[in-house]
Amino acid sequence: MTLDFASQADYLLALLPEIVLSLWAMLVLMVDVFQKGNRVEASRPVVAWLSLAGLVVTAAANGWLLTIEEAAVTGMVAVDSFRVFVNFIVLIAAALAILISIGYLDRRGINRGEFYALLLFATVGMMLLGAARDLILLFLALELMSVALYVLVGFDRRDPRSSEGALKYFLLGSFSSGFLLYGIALVFGSARSTNLSAIVPLLPSLQESPMFLIGAGLLLVGLAFKVAVMPFHVWTPDAYDGAPTPVTALMATGVKAAAFAAFIRVFAVGFAGIYNEWSVVLSWLALLTMFGANLIALTQGSVKRMLAYSSIAHAGYLLVAVLAANAYGAAAFLFYLLVYTLMTAGAFGIVIANSRGANELNKLDDYAGFGWREPLLGAVFSIFLLSLAGFPLTGGFIGKLYILRSSLEAGNVELAVSLVLASVISYFYYLRVVVVMYMRPAPAEEANRTVLLTGPGQLAMSVSAVAVLALFFVPGWVLDVAQRSVASLFTVPGTFFGLGP
Amino acid sequence: MLRSYLPLLILLGISAAQAVGMVVVSQVLSPTKWTWVKASPYESGIDPLGSTRERFSVKFYVVAILFIVFDVETVFLIPWAVVMREVGVAGFVAAAMFIFILTVGLIYEWRKGALEWD
Amino acid sequence: MILRVQQTAETVVAEAQAGAFEPILLGLIVLLPLIGFAINGVAAILAARTAERRRWSSSSHHGGSEGEADEYSNETHSVMDAEPTGVVPWTHRLPSLVAPGVMLLAFALAVANLFGMMGVELEEPIVRTYWSWIPVGELQVEAALQLDQLSLLMTLVVTGVGALIHLFSVGYMSHDPGYPRYMAYLNLFVFFMLVLVLGASFPVMFVGWEGVGLCSYLLIGFWFSEKANADAGKKAFIVNRIGDFGFLIAMLLIFVDLGALGYVEVFERAPQLDYAGPVVTAICLFLFLGAVGKSAQIPLYVWLPDAMAGPTPVSALIHAATMVTAGVYLVVRASTLFAMAPAASLLVALVGAVTALFAATIGLKQWDIKKVLAYSTISQLGFMFAAVGMGAYVAGVFHLMTHAFFKACLFLGSGAVIHALHEAMHATHSHADAQDMRNMGGLRRYLPITFATMAIATLAIAGVAPFAGFFSKDEIVGAAWIGSAGELPLSQASLFGVGGGTWMGMIAILLSIAAFLTAFYMGRLMLYTFFGPNRTGEAERQHLHEVGWTMSVPLIVLAVMSTIGGFFNVDSLVPIVNLFSPFAFGGDAALHNWLHPVIIGAEEVWASNTAAIPEVHHASWPILLAILVGVAGLVLAAVVLKPQLLGTPEETPAYEGNLEKVLYNKWYVDELYQRIVVRPVWGLSRAFYSVVDRGTIDGIIDGVLGRGAMLLGLSAGRVQTGQVNTYAFIIIVGVIVVLGSIVVM
Repeated sequence: MTLDFASQADYLLALLPEIVLSLWAMLVLMVDVFQKGNRVEASRPVVAWLSLAGLVVTAAANGWLLTIEEAAVTGMVAVDSFRVFVNFIVLIAAALAILISIGYLDRRGINRGEFYALLLFATVGMMLLGAARDLILLFLALELMSVALYVLVGFDRRDPRSSEGALKYFLLGSFSSGFLLYGIALVFGSARSTNLSAIVPLLPSLQESPMFLIGAGLLLVGLAFKVAVMPFHVWTPDAYDGAPTPVTALMATGVKAAAFAAFIRVFAVGFAGIYNEWSVVLSWLALLTMFGANLIALTQGSVKRMLAYSSIAHAGYLLVAVLAANAYGAAAFLFYLLVYTLMTAGAFGIVIANSRGANELNKLDDYAGFGWREPLLGAVFSIFLLSLAGFPLTGGFIGKLYILRSSLEAGNVELAVSLVLASVISYFYYLRVVVVMYMRPAPAEEANRTVLLTGPGQLAMSVSAVAVLALFFVPGWVLDVAQRSVASLFTVPGTFFGLGP
Repeated sequence: MLRSYLPLLILLGISAAQAVGMVVVSQVLSPTKWTWVKASPYESGIDPLGSTRERFSVKFYVVAILFIVFDVETVFLIPWAVVMREVGVAGFVAAAMFIFILTVGLIYEWRKGALEWD
Repeated sequence: MILRVQQTAETVVAEAQAGAFEPILLGLIVLLPLIGFAINGVAAILAARTAERRRWSSSSHHGGSEGEADEYSNETHSVMDAEPTGVVPWTHRLPSLVAPGVMLLAFALAVANLFGMMGVELEEPIVRTYWSWIPVGELQVEAALQLDQLSLLMTLVVTGVGALIHLFSVGYMSHDPGYPRYMAYLNLFVFFMLVLVLGASFPVMFVGWEGVGLCSYLLIGFWFSEKANADAGKKAFIVNRIGDFGFLIAMLLIFVDLGALGYVEVFERAPQLDYAGPVVTAICLFLFLGAVGKSAQIPLYVWLPDAMAGPTPVSALIHAATMVTAGVYLVVRASTLFAMAPAASLLVALVGAVTALFAATIGLKQWDIKKVLAYSTISQLGFMFAAVGMGAYVAGVFHLMTHAFFKACLFLGSGAVIHALHEAMHATHSHADAQDMRNMGGLRRYLPITFATMAIATLAIAGVAPFAGFFSKDEIVGAAWIGSAGELPLSQASLFGVGGGTWMGMIAILLSIAAFLTAFYMGRLMLYTFFGPNRTGEAERQHLHEVGWTMSVPLIVLAVMSTIGGFFNVDSLVPIVNLFSPFAFGGDAALHNWLHPVIIGAEEVWASNTAAIPEVHHASWPILLAILVGVAGLVLAAVVLKPQLLGTPEETPAYEGNLEKVLYNKWYVDELYQRIVVRPVWGLSRAFYSVVDRGTIDGIIDGVLGRGAMLLGLSAGRVQTGQVNTYAFIIIVGVIVVLGSIVVM
């Protein structure tokens, strides 16, 4: 089927997965509210499973998107396989977040149906973000995602850290939204359009316009904030640390995936014609992020916070892929994003498994003997950590290798070398957790500590770990799909790819 | 290219100068005499009772938020009503979706008891 | 002897027969240890669960004193004590069969392949592709194995020595509660080592490379309850990351410049690069950085001595015989590239020679028997690097092989000694150090087999004819002398403006001194361990006894190989050495002929890029010197050292005088690294944390922005000190910088 967006009804088809998920989120909300009314009690397990089912149905609709084509690239929403791939990653991230929240929410006394509904709404926002080819839609998607997340971060409102994190995230998030919106306004002012496909042909004439460049710079800042690039990461440690852990997992994976997808669409594809203008500053940000985040992570005593910095560092690695601004970079980005989502969500899942009741302080010492107490989860966690460090035998290695390769292809040798050096630093803090987990005996009073991750959660973690390993040994298929998914991104007529580096 | 914005800058400057100037000039020129009556808040001639920084029930916030929802609804629906015939079916569908989503929100509020005062 | 001209007639025959050889179950050789790992791994998990339950059920009182440098950890003691004697659970019996079993099978398969390959003269390597691993545009990496003379030789060493060490481990480790886990790791190690040597491309080799590093790390920290051991494991892992960084960069450079990563394609295209050009030199230097990390050369050798914290069979297998030689293998494998980069090659040789001497000096004054052997290993690896750096690839591989025999024998022997001492001390609850030579002495009466085998291995490492080390070490030092006479291709190269011939003369001198020191410290080790009065203690002496058959059989086999291993490569062209020609296995200079197809690429590079070199003259004086040096070292040790005067650690200080102190403290290199690397990184990390994310910026806020805001009257007159302010400030600064740089550029 071919869509040309001549009729508004075409948008209904092009947005089918998002529409399905939105309706489903409302359904979840209604089911919950009709079950409980205004009684303060835990939601039924069915709400969580219903949400998961919604993700599955959405995934099916998302797969269906592959069968339709667009006549031109002028629509507000892109209908290409890049979007489909990103959507799948986002859906996986959401599914993992839901799976690890089962049981967790009860323990913290925040098992409310709204949690799942908000999570699904945030997911809709992420999916739209990956699809947006128009800056207005991009802004709307970003806000839809963010507003839901602000609430989710502060969902445990009796926990001061959760509230604090939410407030900080909200204040700084609104602050950065302001930059983004102002950037869009300036771009519109100089290009007379917010549609990227309309802006692209004008780039050569806009190259000299300070107004346009400032607009692009503000866009860059707004997106950099969402993906937590240094120095716009300042909200991240507090928000990640304070948020309920499944939300942290979602923010570290889905949000990052979606915001980076927008980054690629706007900068690597849309603004490829002014590559020289934005690449230098972004390279410096990438360097700062890679080294800064890894160095700070070294000092962290809390595993959850360490993982927060680790996710910032990974934003730096992904920036290197964005900076390659070629098809290899985008494909490397997709592949890495998939591995990253699995391993990061997995790592946060283990953080949940090892918490004590509602207490999630998660000091490094809390992991003493974990590897022996829980051989399966210990092994799984080790796999995630090694993969995050980029150790061969894990998908993280192939992902990094692929990013390095695309970076060399683009001639960014110094970025490639920095990436390798930065990840050498990161080995230290990832490994520290493994060492503590296996090589320090657990205190005796911890003997009967049970694992706080339900069966489905453990299963999800194990499957993720196996997938991370499989992505090392047989990455061919996924690499291939990633490669083909980005082909449409760069072969579209009118993009100025090739003018760049 | 930025030259065309120059008049705007001048305008900005003049208005800022004027605003600041008026305050400063009146501050400098006028005689100031402080009295209790002058310093007290003006409440229609009635003596002020207690602090104005009182806490009031969270219910007011809920009502205020509910009001905003319906307020925004009006903002969107009135322009649509004006051009309803021009935008045709597509417009109608869009408005219907909008109202549908709001309705879901309303049902949620109702079931949650947000509409009841007690 | 380095460049033996292959007879043309032979080559013709070989071409006629090429392709006749089919590798026998090549994949299975690699797979067998993996299967062993899977079985032992399951046993390990089940055993760990049981042990854990038992640990908690018995009130956990940990006996023993913390931080004791005891072979078995404190935790081990407590579990062993709690364990009811008698029934051995199946999880401890199964690995004894499985682990050595898979190794023997793999060795048998390797031998079968050897016989198959001996029949034909294989010119081209055989590549077996299993699946497409990383298919990305031009980057096509296959999961493929490559069988050629070099990889088969390495496979034989790995599986053969590996099988013996697995067998030894059965006796050595079977009482340890972590025994199944240990065997699982050991099998896994062999799997990755085989991937390393049999891989058909750099990325596949890298997989093995990293895998063996992981296993090494797991096994070093095997007795993890001691912090020192866990730290040693971590140190090994992180130091190796630096080396891997080099390997990775080299790999990317190879791909960028040659467009391939498979050995066959890379070495085919390598001659297209500029001879001695910056590109190939950079590639080789980065590859060498990788090798330096893995093979513990200066400056990255510091992890290997600490790695001795692991069980002794592990030290024998991983940290002496196989993994640490991977760097040498890498250089030989990439010999075509190294031949293209003569300056890099000379650097390799130089680093190797300096390391050989440096490590040997440290070995002179260590009291821990395993530390002596560890520094000895570093020193011997230096010999190998000196060889391959000078282009004497076969000599390097030859020494790699003989070293695997005698060093494994020495390590296992020391393991037997430690085991015996430990059991004796365990019986009397003594907490003396079972690895300190000052606690040994006179052990030849109690451990006759161990003594005999170690004595043979000592003669071999000292280079006494006709033991294995004599032939291999002589080849290396001899090559250096020949090179100094301008008769090697690399004699024409230069490094830092100094000619290759001069360098090789210096290398020959360095290596000769190192060989002398080697003989001396090995003599010292044997004297203090096996001669003189026994210093173990009255009560303990009753419990000293020889080890069981699982441990003595590997020792004997390795001792035999240390004796005859040199006959695999007896060169009839070399005077004195040719006296042993009647004993040579597989004909004259068998190893040279065998490995010739592997290094032919390097020879072709030299042939087309260097001027004709004069014919090699083999003088007899270097051989005489080598023999003299080895014997002199041993004799000097026997004359100077007085084991009968030595006391226990309480009576004898670790060092006397400044030089001894410096040697005992390993030239203070660890301290130096701590000061110039570790501390600055930590400092930087803290600084980043406090400046970028916390604290100090508040000062700037309050000072500049806060007061400024007050002055402008924009704030309500009260500076909020919450951190959100700081955050917003950081963001604003970021925005200004970003916008500024975009517009300015």
